[in-house]
Amino acid sequence: MEKVISWIDARFPLSASFKAHLSEYYAPKNFNFWYYFGSLALLVLVIQIVTGIFLAMHYKPDGDMAFASVEYIMRDVPYGWLIRYAHSTGASAFFVVIYLHMFRGLLYGSFRQPRELIWIFGMLIYLVLMAEAFMGYLLPWGQMSYWGAQVIINLFAAVPFIGEDLSILIRGDFVVGDATLNRFFALHIVALPLVLLGLIAAHLVALHEVGSNNPDGVEIKKHKGPDGHPLDGIPFHPYYTVKDILGVVVFLIAFTAILFFAPEMGGYFLEANNFIPADPLKTPPHIAPVWYFTPYYAILRAIPPMFGSQFPGVLAMGVSVMIFFALPWLDKSPVKSIRYRGPKYKIALALFVIAFVWLGVLGVLPSTPLATWIARVLTVVYFAFFLLMPWYTRNDSYKMEPERVNDK
Amino acid sequence: MSEISVDGSKRRFLVAMSTAVGGVAAMGAAVPFVVSMMPSARALAAGAPVEVDLAGVEPGMLLTVEWRGKPVWIVHRTPEMLEMLGKHEDKLTDPGSENTAQQPDYCQNPTRSINAKYLVAVGICTHLGCSPTYRKEVGPADLGADWPGGFFCPCHGSRFDLAARVFAGSPAPTNLVVPPHKYLSDTKLLVGEDQAAA
Amino acid sequence: MKKLLFLLLALPTFACASTELKLDHAPVNVDDHESLQRGARLFVNYCLNCHSAAYMRYNRMQDIGIAEAQIKENLLYAADKPGELMRVSMRTWEAKEWFGAAPPDLSVIARSRGADWIYTYLRGFYRDDGRPTGWNNTVFDKVGMPHALHELQGHLAPVYRSETDHEGKAHQVIERFELVKPGKLTLAEYDASVADLVNYLTWMGEPAQSQRKNVGLIVLLFLGVFFVIAFYLKKEYWKNVH
Repeated sequence: MEKVISWIDARFPLSASFKAHLSEYYAPKNFNFWYYFGSLALLVLVIQIVTGIFLAMHYKPDGDMAFASVEYIMRDVPYGWLIRYAHSTGASAFFVVIYLHMFRGLLYGSFRQPRELIWIFGMLIYLVLMAEAFMGYLLPWGQMSYWGAQVIINLFAAVPFIGEDLSILIRGDFVVGDATLNRFFALHIVALPLVLLGLIAAHLVALHEVGSNNPDGVEIKKHKGPDGHPLDGIPFHPYYTVKDILGVVVFLIAFTAILFFAPEMGGYFLEANNFIPADPLKTPPHIAPVWYFTPYYAILRAIPPMFGSQFPGVLAMGVSVMIFFALPWLDKSPVKSIRYRGPKYKIALALFVIAFVWLGVLGVLPSTPLATWIARVLTVVYFAFFLLMPWYTRNDSYKMEPERVNDK
Repeated sequence: MSEISVDGSKRRFLVAMSTAVGGVAAMGAAVPFVVSMMPSARALAAGAPVEVDLAGVEPGMLLTVEWRGKPVWIVHRTPEMLEMLGKHEDKLTDPGSENTAQQPDYCQNPTRSINAKYLVAVGICTHLGCSPTYRKEVGPADLGADWPGGFFCPCHGSRFDLAARVFAGSPAPTNLVVPPHKYLSDTKLLVGEDQAAA
Repeated sequence: MKKLLFLLLALPTFACASTELKLDHAPVNVDDHESLQRGARLFVNYCLNCHSAAYMRYNRMQDIGIAEAQIKENLLYAADKPGELMRVSMRTWEAKEWFGAAPPDLSVIARSRGADWIYTYLRGFYRDDGRPTGWNNTVFDKVGMPHALHELQGHLAPVYRSETDHEGKAHQVIERFELVKPGKLTLAEYDASVADLVNYLTWMGEPAQSQRKNVGLIVLLFLGVFFVIAFYLKKEYWKNVH
């Protein structure tokens, strides 16, 4: 065995990579619950890629055959149902994990200097993931797939001057059709996964360059022992590998419980209307996007048309996603972690989370005048969190963060 | 962080257990994926046994039916044809059908059939998978005067007699395959299902 | 500040008002094979003439305890082989002419409509001479489909009652239904038969559902064991981290 490894090491940095990224990558020893979701996101990525490959063996990206081929997978392919449910549950699980992962960043200031690029790569991953989910959702070619795609693509038509042509370019037709399905399939299974993998690699390279943040927001590299390793750090392997294995098992218990016992998740992971084949002549009475898009959808609906155009709403929705990119430069607090910040940031973050969650709830519901007004209030709260951040973080009270990390 | 009280044996035990359970988990997770590549219910339905009505198959006539996407021949052999079968056994590669992979054991007999009147064989050459043509006439000009009637593969010239046995010197190494089949009645044949062991 | 938080938390709940139809609860149990078999027979005899179930193979009914020979003998009307899909001979354009719309495929109808809806729908047909088919339905107003099970249920006719709304206008409201022509079954027997049929449709929407739950149980038990080992493994390594 050793001979084989030294043969490889002479030609490829196997042991060196293992050391650099696992056994001698020092991570802060005080990671808490919120630090599981990065590795879990990687796990879900693997689940999606593997199940996706096997689904692609049986799926037919054709307007006349797509719906039937999904039912073919669910019935005729041995264990096809398991693979399909794993993929559909995995899509939602991906967003659950990613949202919690992002929230961790907001809690402990993981986006702050020197980790701005990690945050930006992460946000790009999030954007690609949204595109990936949106295109994947068209493939079952049910009513919700069809009309969801129709509505979202029409958002692009609201862009001034070029909108109409842009939406036709995206669809490859004047309505969502076979051409759209076929190109979304190509993008979903080849193009976007490649981009995603590249971005994840960049995200991890940047992380391992600067080192992980931690719940205290302390830079562990400031205090190194005589061996040159951070005093508050422990090697990722074996400590965090065994810890992450535990996290993975707990996650898989929740994941498989949904997969095997509630794959529709009450209509939030798989919608009832999506069991009706796409019909371009008949819109379902109530269309809502899948749950992970609903906060943005509620913002879109909250903005009234202005100057005879839907564009302001579309713009607000776009900005509400993009504004996350600016976070490293909006936050002026002298400390990173919420543990040492004052009440203003704590309240602002709490309000933001409430606004985000309730916008999500409103995005699922049919719109009523009252719901629209509540969504408007919440949209203001959502944007205020970002736009007022330079002001309230600068004026907030704070405690100086300690030199060394606290014990867990 | 200090190296106190590391219980080596407990740790080794837990690592071994985790590795074992993790290995089982990985293999268990692989099962549905591997199994999903097996023929689906659709493929099985398409490959289901085929019922053939023999009433319309005149003496000397060849009927081709499709089973699992492959041509299956049914030849109504005349008494003259059956008589010819015994006369050229010295020219065959495997006259006694010794190669048991090429026919069910209930067809390992001189006529390679259950009912000598009907030959049932998969019409795919055992050389490279072409479908041979039915040449029942005796001694035609292109196949030579000693041609007893049989099948000739146009791709590489393999020759088979009317029991689908290959002539020595042909590129094809073995006799044509006789598929599992059984008679539901005198004139009803089911291709694709073995007859019950008698 | 706390008040504001409370307000924000509570506000959106005002926005959720529901105006959904009252549906009767369908007694679904996809592990009750006898009920499923009765439902399958009803389905093949009464539904499959006009509706297809084009993703469902006849021989899948072996999963609910019907032997292949029985399928071949009793249930195979529109197909020759048990491996075939439950297609229907009626052509789409003919159906459109007769009913105004093509009868939908029923393979996954229980997943799109829900068992309760179908259960209420199939028991909600009543005579209405204003409709071309002579039938209307309590949960699907102006439905195009005639009452396919009328010979079992018999004919129900509505009894109207006048009601004045708060604007003072009079409305005709259906008060109750009357059995004007009895069917082969009593109404209670009919309800039980529809329950069987809905049970079958629910099963057919996802024939693998029992297998799914069985596999799920094994997987969860296994992961439970894995959890215990992973927990102690983590504890063993982390006991020296202070």
